[in-house]
Amino acid sequence: MEKQRHILIVYPHPDDESFSVAGIAAMQAAMGVPITYACLTLGEMGRNLGNPPFATRESLPAIRKQELIAACEAIGIQDLRMMGLRDKTVEFEDDEKMVRLVTDLIEELHPSMIFTFLPKYCVHPDHEATARAVVEAVRRLPKEQRPTLLGAGFANNTEQEMGPADFVVDIRAFKEQKLNALKAHASQTGWMLQELDKREEDNGESTEDAWFTTEQFYTITFED
Amino acid sequence: MEIVNIAQLQKQLDAFANKEVYIHLETTNGSYAAHYDEQFFNAGAFIRNVKLVYEHAKVIEDHPNRVGLKLEHGWVYAQGITHSEIDEQGRLLMAGLDYSGKLAVALQISETPFAY
Repeated sequence: MEKQRHILIVYPHPDDESFSVAGIAAMQAAMGVPITYACLTLGEMGRNLGNPPFATRESLPAIRKQELIAACEAIGIQDLRMMGLRDKTVEFEDDEKMVRLVTDLIEELHPSMIFTFLPKYCVHPDHEATARAVVEAVRRLPKEQRPTLLGAGFANNTEQEMGPADFVVDIRAFKEQKLNALKAHASQTGWMLQELDKREEDNGESTEDAWFTTEQFYTITFED
Repeated sequence: MEIVNIAQLQKQLDAFANKEVYIHLETTNGSYAAHYDEQFFNAGAFIRNVKLVYEHAKVIEDHPNRVGLKLEHGWVYAQGITHSEIDEQGRLLMAGLDYSGKLAVALQISETPFAY
């Protein structure tokens, strides 16, 4: 993948970045590319509070904020913006306010590439709302000023309807950074990572899961 | 949060009766429920920082427990409460954690508004 001038990542939840784009971001950060991550919420409504619980509904945001900061450090994201929205309410925000939020970031940073979710194929209502706002903000730019726009799709019908992703990056060299980023989000990923470890013990197999091999996106294009 | 102690929780609920309090009430299956099971009908509700006064409250011991608040003109209740605590700000936080530990329901009572 080509070295970028500036990468902008826009996702609603702490850990969205680590699952979908941590490897690519670590790769570009290692090349010296500035990366801005606009994380819209602090995942306040997360259902994982630990088992037995170590967090409450009210203490979770502060915990996830620290996890987010640690994950960005693990990846090499230097510019983390926490945008102050509330988890699970993004789609109910004013549409123009959401587009403006993204437009302001684009006007400030002039990114050459933006990562977000793929509208209609990203499952969570906050993902959909985030993707809609980003796509609309980019659509409104003059054609020649539009950055490359990449959306992550993981709905069950994504491949069936959209075909295979067209932007696929081998991230095996950055597995460690991605694993550390996922580990940083311990309140949300703890069980998943335990399962990975267990599978490794059981099978003697490596955890060369799909997550640590490639990261895949769909290029979002515009008719005019 | 600790597993609900019924007598203690009843006392804590009683302490907020007949005061103006802020309520957080939430039920959820998680936003991925229908992603993992396409036959799943995903429903839930959420209110936060609605101010009210309740006349009395009752916790009904069951597995999981139920908590009801009787208002002058209505009701608030939550089913599935397993855990609770009084946090460092004196708020009563109750939650129902499912068999895998995930939050399924929350009912919280505070004399001051909860954060955003």
